[in-house]
Amino acid sequence: MSLWKIAWRSIQQRALASTLTAISMALGITLVVAVLVIHGVIGQSFKNNALGYNLIVGAKGGKLQLVFNTVYYLSSPVENIPYSYYKEFTEGKYSKDVQLAIPVCLGDYYGPFRVVGTTPGMFNDMTYGGKKYEFAEGENFKQENFFDAVIGARVAREQHLKVGDTFQPTHGSDPNDKHNPFSVVGVLKPTGTPVDRALFINMEGFFLIPDHAKPLEGYDADRKPAAAGEQAAAHAAAGDHDAGHHDPGHHDDGDEHEEHEHEDHDHGEHADHEEHGEAGHHHHHSEEIQDNAHHHAPLPEAQREVTAILIRAPDIQVMGLLKPINKSQIAQAVLPIAEVTNFFATLIDPLQMVLLVLTVLIVVVSGIGILISIYNSMSDRRHEIAVIRALGAGRRTVMLLVLFESILLSLGGGLIGWFLGHGLIALLGPWINGQTGVRLGFLQFVGYESAIIPGLVLLASLVGYLPALAAYRTDVAKALSSTP
Amino acid sequence: MLLLQDLRKSFIEPDGTVLPILDIKEFHVAPGEQVVLMGRSGCGKTTLLHVISGISRPDAGIVRIDGTDITRLNEHSRDRFRANKIGYVFQTFNLLPGFSALENVLLGMSFGQGRVDAQRARDLLERVGLKHRLSHRPAMLSVGEQQRVAVARALANRPKLLLADEPTANVDAGHQRQIIDLVRGTCREENVSLLLVTHTPEVAEQFERVEHLERFNSAVAVA
Repeated sequence: MSLWKIAWRSIQQRALASTLTAISMALGITLVVAVLVIHGVIGQSFKNNALGYNLIVGAKGGKLQLVFNTVYYLSSPVENIPYSYYKEFTEGKYSKDVQLAIPVCLGDYYGPFRVVGTTPGMFNDMTYGGKKYEFAEGENFKQENFFDAVIGARVAREQHLKVGDTFQPTHGSDPNDKHNPFSVVGVLKPTGTPVDRALFINMEGFFLIPDHAKPLEGYDADRKPAAAGEQAAAHAAAGDHDAGHHDPGHHDDGDEHEEHEHEDHDHGEHADHEEHGEAGHHHHHSEEIQDNAHHHAPLPEAQREVTAILIRAPDIQVMGLLKPINKSQIAQAVLPIAEVTNFFATLIDPLQMVLLVLTVLIVVVSGIGILISIYNSMSDRRHEIAVIRALGAGRRTVMLLVLFESILLSLGGGLIGWFLGHGLIALLGPWINGQTGVRLGFLQFVGYESAIIPGLVLLASLVGYLPALAAYRTDVAKALSSTP
Repeated sequence: MLLLQDLRKSFIEPDGTVLPILDIKEFHVAPGEQVVLMGRSGCGKTTLLHVISGISRPDAGIVRIDGTDITRLNEHSRDRFRANKIGYVFQTFNLLPGFSALENVLLGMSFGQGRVDAQRARDLLERVGLKHRLSHRPAMLSVGEQQRVAVARALANRPKLLLADEPTANVDAGHQRQIIDLVRGTCREENVSLLLVTHTPEVAEQFERVEHLERFNSAVAVA
């Protein structure tokens, strides 16, 4: 009969005390696992976030705020940069250094979710974690359909939006300040990234939303009809994205005034929808929207602004881009991974360390519980130990028996705690996913977990040492003479 | 098989007084011999068994078992020697309550040199009439059955010497004979020397050789 089995029998014999001790250890390990996994996975996700770009160009200001806005769709919106600056990366002086430049325009919301104006390249060319974006339903929006949109998986789920539905972004935090409706043409498959909780609208449509045009001399804040020359420039701007192929029948200059009458009429209709409450969001008026889109001309380039440009460039070029961009008065360039890593190093990592220390202390307290449980049982077990010694077991053997018992209790409790911890993570997974875009499941592991078993064995050996020593020192003759 | 020579053992009282317990000039048990040791309470019977089994060390003298003077062995070696050569049946059986009858017997094999032989453990329990009680825990066995498990456990490692400390003290008169017959029979079959302590004359009557500790333990006379 192995010493492990003898130790296990001893645990069984004190079933109640053993169970309570193991539960205490299990709860400690549950917390450790939850903290390790949740922080590890979220931290990793924030640090890498499986970005398909390695540089962000945006308005000068807080670097971290720019990263939070453009990568995670968090934090308050930042200032914009001129559209012409974006063109430096697509056809200007920086174009030869970059592989991909995707503009993003922020500032609007749909419910709690960010609305992002961008180009189809966001999903055609941009990747995440080396993977291409896939659609659960529908397809990517097309450049020529200004009021089309693609939505993230979580947005679709929580806002009950599907292909063919429409939604009206709101400006900033004012839920009553509703804009032009956009038609959902694609629903993305879950990515486990912040993309899941954002709505991506055609940037051309974004520009045409009232108040989104940059006020220029001779224009009011709301977009007013452009002169023929400017209109032509706007067409050219739309053509930058290989998408300026509007139906000439709908976009000849002669239709200009009629088109804006339509626009006004549309807004009147939206007001009607709002009067009918929520239904206004989900009406299937895609045809109307497309008609609307085809009757709009792109915003002139001079009135366009973007919030940021997501740039993918060879690593060797990134450093070369940083200096001139940051020297300019217009914009700044930040390395998103470096910013987030710094953020974690200065704020999150110390917090995690404090949390981890606390949970480890809980495990240590549980370990002390094991010590007390076994040590208290030693007076009852002295006779039993003496019998085992009389059967030929040495002092070291009975010492090992007690240590094994401590290890079994710790590991047993630890194993239960591990399962509970991962169960807790699986339970919290949807909530965490909602908060961070990171998906967590039961089988989510982090490297640090591999230290749990040796850690528990070490702890069990330490806390088991004192009772083991008592077993070692048992006076066999005296204990045998006592009544069991 | 067993030879005691010039054996002395004493205890120190809390007030510092030295209390002699054993002072035996010579005592021996031949291989396969079965001896009863009698004596009044407190005359050192249990202490003598502890010294013979190596649980306690004598102050002086020789305890030679199967050719080995165990007083010369360190504690670890004495433990190993005890596991391999000596069986011990206690007055209160001392079965471990968390273990089944079979596991209690297997436990007796766990600390010796030989392998843990489950078949032998079953055979021994069958021999003591507990074939159908293998998985029963001590609490589920009668007192007589518990003592039979204790006998099987003591013989599990094929010892050369079986020490039995008042094995019938907690057994009613009807079962005393049964237990003694069992112990003697199995020792005979296994060719094991037996030194059985008792203060029950009815038990002693069954043995050819009966020794009274007071007669060869000078310490008792002195005390």
